[in-house]
Amino acid sequence: MTRWGMVIDTDRCTGCGACVVACHAENNIQTVGEEEAKNGRAMHWLRIERHYEGEFPDIRVRFLPVLCQQCGSAPCEPVCPVYATYRTPEGLNAMVYSRCIGTRYCANNCPYTVRFFNWHAGEWPKPLDRQLNPDVSVRPAGVMEKCTFCVQRIQDGQDRAKDENRSVTDADIETACSQSCPAQAITFGDLENSDSRVAQMAKSARASHLLEDLGTDPSVIYLLGGE
Amino acid sequence: MTGDRSREEPLFRPLTAWRPKLILGSLFTGAVAALLFYSWGYQIRNDIGVAGINRPVFWGFYITNFVFWIGISHAGTLISAILRVTSAEWRRPVTRCAEAITVFALLIGGLFPLIHLGRPWLFWFMIPLPNHRGLWPNFRSPLVWDITAIGTYLIGSILYLLLPLLPDLAILRDRHTADNPDSARARIYRFIALGWRGTAQQWHSLESGIRALAVIIIPVAVSVHTIVSWDFSMTLQPMWHSTIFGPYFVVGAIYSGIAVLMVTMYLLRRGMGLESYLNDKVFNNLGLLFLAFTLIWGYFTFAEHLTVWYGNEPSEMAVFTERISGKYARIFWAMVLLNVAVPVLVLSFPRGRKPWLTAIVGVGVLIGMWIERFIIVVGTLSLPRLDFTVGSYQPTWVELGILVGSFGCFALLYLVFVQIAPIVSIWEVREGDHHLNQVHSATEHPVLETT
Repeated sequence: MTRWGMVIDTDRCTGCGACVVACHAENNIQTVGEEEAKNGRAMHWLRIERHYEGEFPDIRVRFLPVLCQQCGSAPCEPVCPVYATYRTPEGLNAMVYSRCIGTRYCANNCPYTVRFFNWHAGEWPKPLDRQLNPDVSVRPAGVMEKCTFCVQRIQDGQDRAKDENRSVTDADIETACSQSCPAQAITFGDLENSDSRVAQMAKSARASHLLEDLGTDPSVIYLLGGE
Repeated sequence: MTGDRSREEPLFRPLTAWRPKLILGSLFTGAVAALLFYSWGYQIRNDIGVAGINRPVFWGFYITNFVFWIGISHAGTLISAILRVTSAEWRRPVTRCAEAITVFALLIGGLFPLIHLGRPWLFWFMIPLPNHRGLWPNFRSPLVWDITAIGTYLIGSILYLLLPLLPDLAILRDRHTADNPDSARARIYRFIALGWRGTAQQWHSLESGIRALAVIIIPVAVSVHTIVSWDFSMTLQPMWHSTIFGPYFVVGAIYSGIAVLMVTMYLLRRGMGLESYLNDKVFNNLGLLFLAFTLIWGYFTFAEHLTVWYGNEPSEMAVFTERISGKYARIFWAMVLLNVAVPVLVLSFPRGRKPWLTAIVGVGVLIGMWIERFIIVVGTLSLPRLDFTVGSYQPTWVELGILVGSFGCFALLYLVFVQIAPIVSIWEVREGDHHLNQVHSATEHPVLETT
């Protein structure tokens, strides 16, 4: 069995935001503009939370990249009346855009607030439309979207391994965010495969889940606590 | 059995000729109702984004209005059913106007889940229709439970309104046919009276039907608002995830239902001269029921907030504090004033249960109950667990237009109904009078006929 997972080392994260930009480019996420962002409609499947510790001038900033946690027991899934969001056998929390009718119930029940609604359809004025990723659908207005763990890249890596008659390794699949992280804070892989990097890192004493006490069983593991 | 002609005259007046005031009223409320459809049309054309909802406040006015109107729908059927089942004699002039409130409030409340959808034209995905792909709705979702419960309640309450209406429609049919058998009214009532002749067999069927429906509709009504509350309490969100929500919402629904009933009854009494039916005794008795629900609702609200405060869980306390002393404090305390302080101070005294006073208290309670739902929906959503994503909400003209328009819709439906059917159940009042006249004479079953 496979369970896709991600390990984020917060002690490595510098908060540069390269992952956010890469995610936008890879996944055709719309940029909503200044006005809409001010109304709380900015869309970033991956966001960098800044947390300040201490009082000025003795202050410390911690960065926490937050994306869909691809929960094993996802609160967003049972509430959707039309099965637009469901769990795949490989542990992904998938979205079926064409099935979504836009009740936004899933987003209300997500404790991580990582679901994004297309209040309006995205616009890519020429020549920006040329940079759209052909492997990812462009979402219409009125549907929910969120981080997919770059499912198109997972699919691609699996297809290549299959063509070469071997099993998938860490080298086959990399998400846009992990690929672009200059500090290598983000690692992606199969948590069920004991040889993978993520499976090794998940054993770390620094490993923890976000809002673990809610019992959502996230697939994203944070390494925290180092100085 | 015939009734007191002069007493019944105000009831027949809007049913026998066009009344200019009612026509003007219908036109005005129709214009207000059009606001809803204009705003909704604008929203469908320009995407749901024209509303003020955002992230994290994904639900705003629309779901508030949904809960509000579904709550109001508990006025009728539930109150009238309880009064019927307990054979409260004073119910007779009240039931019809309460049952009509239910049907119209449900029709409007049921519209809001559609209005709030991102892609409303696909709402049928939520209905279990057989299809070649074998796709079903998700029966684990409280929204699917909603559709089931509200659909059942709508069908039930329409039947519950229409069934006791039959003998009255027959009275109207006979009256119009006697006046002029070829008039449009005579022909329409001949059709919708469904061949009611008032035979003993028909009376027997009607009464057992009404009795059965009254008993069935009570658990259905309770289930409806319980399930509406479960839209919230089934989630993990702070101050939504509460076991008390089911009964709390049902009590709130009945409370707002009585409030709207008091206001409607007062307007009917003033506007149509129904003082002899909707008399001070009716207002006094309903006022007592109103007071009882004030106290029950106040108790639930207190219990809900006390347990959260005592538990002192951080994410719950963030929402709680914002309510008691933060951003929502002003409207929260206004709600407490309108829903607890004022009703208790006014309704506790016999003088406070005068019609005009109960109507004023009713308006206050309606505002208060709307605020309650708004605070529940927006108060929780604006404060997610991860405080980095805290948000706020400002409705746009589209949402305001739809809210105002929904009241127009309700008033329009009501005014049209008043011109189609007697708003006080004529045969039931006659039956009550008949019982009274028979108290000292023989106790045989009254033989009832139309006109």
